[in-house]
Formats: sequence, structure tokens, C-alpha cells
Amino acid sequence: MIQLRDFSIGYGTRQLLGNINVDIESGRLTALIGRNGAGKSTLLRAIAGLNGNYSGKIIIDGNDIRVMPAWLKARTLAFVSTQRIRIANLRCEDVVAMGRAPYTNWIGHLQESDRDIVASALEAVGMTDYASRTMDSMSDGECQRIMIARALAQATPVILLDEPTSFLDLTNRYELCALLARLAHQGNKCILFSTHELHTAMELCDDIAVIDTPHITCTQVGNDKTTALLRCLFPHF
Amino acid sequence: MRSHGIIFLSLTVLVAVLFAIDMAVGAVNIPISDIWAALTGGDCQQATAKIIIDIRLIKAIAALLAGAALSVSGLQMQTVFRNPLAGPYVLGISSGASLGVALIVLAGVGSSLGIAGAAWAGAAAVLAVMMAVSHRIKDIMVILILGIMFSSGVSAVVQILQYLSNDESLKAFVIWTMGSLGDITWHQMSIILPAIAGGIGLAILTIKPLNMLMFGEDYAMTMGLDVKRARGLIFLSTTLLAGTVTAFCGPIGFIGLAMPHVTRMLLRDSDHRILLPGTILTGAAVMLICDIVSKLFTLPVNAITALLGIPIVIWIVLRNNTSD
Repeated sequence: MIQLRDFSIGYGTRQLLGNINVDIESGRLTALIGRNGAGKSTLLRAIAGLNGNYSGKIIIDGNDIRVMPAWLKARTLAFVSTQRIRIANLRCEDVVAMGRAPYTNWIGHLQESDRDIVASALEAVGMTDYASRTMDSMSDGECQRIMIARALAQATPVILLDEPTSFLDLTNRYELCALLARLAHQGNKCILFSTHELHTAMELCDDIAVIDTPHITCTQVGNDKTTALLRCLFPHF
Repeated sequence: MRSHGIIFLSLTVLVAVLFAIDMAVGAVNIPISDIWAALTGGDCQQATAKIIIDIRLIKAIAALLAGAALSVSGLQMQTVFRNPLAGPYVLGISSGASLGVALIVLAGVGSSLGIAGAAWAGAAAVLAVMMAVSHRIKDIMVILILGIMFSSGVSAVVQILQYLSNDESLKAFVIWTMGSLGDITWHQMSIILPAIAGGIGLAILTIKPLNMLMFGEDYAMTMGLDVKRARGLIFLSTTLLAGTVTAFCGPIGFIGLAMPHVTRMLLRDSDHRILLPGTILTGAAVMLICDIVSKLFTLPVNAITALLGIPIVIWIVLRNNTSD
């Protein structure tokens, strides 16, 4: 579970989020909603440990991330960025196997148990048949699934995804959210992802965290207060 | 995996054959049997033995090491900067080395160091600046731009020195920039060999970081990599490899840029556990070919590496462009 305590972040003199106290629960899929530039990516990158320019505390499973060693952080939290990764000549299996990096030895040798984890991660995202294909010949939706499998292989209690659905068509968006929900529930993981897909999020997520600069409200989907806030932020919703 | 084994075996045999041919070819062609006799202390004319041990053998070893070192360094830079056109010299190592040599040859400063020592000092100075910069800067692209700017600036200083110097020292400098594998003594080899072995050793230690960096620094960091430390080790390795070769053989172009691509295509893999030994072998093989050709036509080796390397680079660019 992710806890933000007196958390503030911004760029230069511009404050994006101020004095936030919020909990993102385990075993639930949480959508992070906000207007463009509200700080969704900034918040996710801060939680992932990629941006240290914040004040207050980010606590993951009881540990302040500022004092967590890199190896422990990598075993606690996995991140899927907006960056599209297409490495020529690298098979999907090898991409997913990179998720085992926090557990393997100095040269990255995979044990039998690591291979099993890679295989089940591929299976969880329904990409077992793609194991020996390379990513340069695959669609955006398929690549996104592989990157999620890589995050699963990292075997972390927390997974963050920055706009995982943005390159996908409607069907793929829906399926991806359903997949994330299933992974959160079955693996008791805390999964937080940013998205602009309000309707899909309302239908498939457990919780919804809305950024109303400089505040953030996290409630269960269907909460009247949140729905009112969403209508206020997105008048066409 | 099995096909990798066959490719590695063939490459090893190829390197061995080319090494033998490189020893045989030269101003006088020496039969392989004489080379074998000279190397193993068998029956052979003393003059021939001297040519083989003091000239041919050392030159062939230099070609082997230079090719391997430059290719590994190119591989590291292409992965670290995630840029297919990066090579061993993007950090400004060759510009730093040229400045060192220019200061000695053209301006007569610090001549006690010798050309190789000055080139080494220049390359190391550039590394020190780049390490200091890269420790403060998060974005690797900024480092790439700074490296290119920095080397252009240093080259401009070298140009000014060239403009101001006399004909004789200018010629000496220009010949250094053309690259040569021939001026190495056994004494120098005792510096080159450990330096390059150290560079390769560091490269082996950074195989896992390189694999992680293929996904970009954000992913590498969230997978537990200390990116700044890894970058530092890789830059150090590249300076040992490319800096040493440049110091003793001059700035040899294109091998470092082209061979990692050839290796990727040959082995159809991006895993550095495969690519690193692969580039060592392909780099060594091609550098030996370049040396053989340069000896056959008595041309500077840099011209040969460029003429062989340019078609490869053009092919890569066209291939990447048409596959979309």
C-alpha cells in the first residue's frame, strides 16, 4: 500500500500538489485521474523514485522510499512508463526476464524458479504464444502487455503504470483495465495507473484518485463526492 | 542458443586464420611454416624470426586488440546513449587525445610524455570532465549533446594549433590522425595489454547494467540499477579501451560504430552476454582484415576502416529507414 504524508510537489515556483495525505490500498485497482498538466505523471514518477524533488513522505508497505536501498525498492515497486520500448532482436521472453533483474546475480543468470515466474507472467497477460517473438513486429497493445508482464515478473506488491491505455483502441483499453483489475485482486497487489479513460475507469476500477489541483481525493468508485468532483473537472463527462 | 555456438566457433576460427594471414603478409611474404617455426623457436633464419617477432606479431596483436577494444567501446556507447550512431568517440575521447598529441607535436608542450602519453592524458582529461558532468546531469541525452559540443570545441583548438604550426610538425600530426598499428614496441605492448584487459574486464562487469539500460534509464532505475554508478563504470571502461587504442594507434574510425551493428545482425540478439564476446570477435576480425589490406596497398589504416565501415553504416541507415 502507498501512503503519501504531507506530500507536496511542483516545478519551480508552480505547485502541482500541496500537503497531500492519501492512502492507495492493496488488493485494489486505483485509477489516477486529472486534467492534462495536473501532475499525474509527476506524482507517479515521484512514487517510483524517479523524481526526488518533493517534500513530505512517500511510504510504501511501511518504508519511506527515501531511505529504501535501490534493491529493496526494486523488489517493492514496479513501474511501466509511457515510453514505448521496441528493442530489435530482443524476444518477449527476454524482455519479461529483465523484470527478474533485482533478484538475479551480477550477470543476470536466470534460475529455474526465475524462468517459471517469467512463464507465469506471460501467461497472466495472455502472451504465452509470443514468448519467442521480437517486439519490433508487434502491435502497441501487445507490447504494452509485454511491459506489464515484465512488471509482474518483478514480483512486487506495488505496480505503477503511467497512461498504459493511451496508444490502445477501445477494446484493448477495456481489456487492459480488466486485466489490471484481475491482477490486483488475485495477486493482492496495489496497482495505481493514470488514465484519461473516465468511463472505463468508473466501470472497472475499485478506487479512483482525482487530482483537483493542488488536492487529491481518493475514494471508492461511485462515491457521490468524487462523482461530483469529476463532473466539475470534466463538464462533458 | 545452438546457432550462437556455431557462429562463435566460426568467428574464432576466422580470427585465428586472419591473424596468421596478417603475420604472413607484408613487404615480404613469409610462409606460414616459417612463422610457426619462429614462434615456437624452431628452425628459421634469424632475420626472418626478428621480423616475425618484433614487427609482424606485435602488429597483429595490436590489430586484434584495437579491433576488439573499439568495438566493445562502441557497443557500450550505443547502449548507454540508446543511439545507433553513437561510437567510442562520442564522449570526446579522440578529440581529447588529439589535443594532447597536438600540444606535443604542434606546440612542443610537454614533450617528455611522448605522443602516446600525451594522447592518453588528453583522453583521461576528457573523461574526468565528462564524469563530473554526468554525475550532475540526469538526462543522458544532455550528456550526449555536451560530449559532441565539447569535442567540437577541442577540435577547434586543435585546428588553431594546426594553423599556427610549421609544415614539418603539421605533417607529423596529420600522419598520427591517419592511424597506424605499426609503431608499437613490446615495451608499449606491456602497457596496452593490461589497459585493454582492464577495460574488457570492466565491460564484462557492466553486462547486466547494459542490458538494463537498453530499456532506458527510468526502467533501469526502477529495476534497482544505480544508474550514475553504472554510467561511471561504463565511461571508465570505454576510456580504457578507446583511449588506449587512440593513444598508441591514432584515432581509428568506423570500426567502433559499425561492428556492434554487424554483430547484432549476425547473432540476431540484443543480450549483452552474447553481444559482448561477439563484438570482440567481429571487431578483431575486421581490424585484422583492415590491417592486411592496408599492408597490401601500403595505405593508412584509417582510410581502410572508413572505406569498409561507411558502406555498413549506410546500409544500417537505409535498412532502419525502409523497414517502417
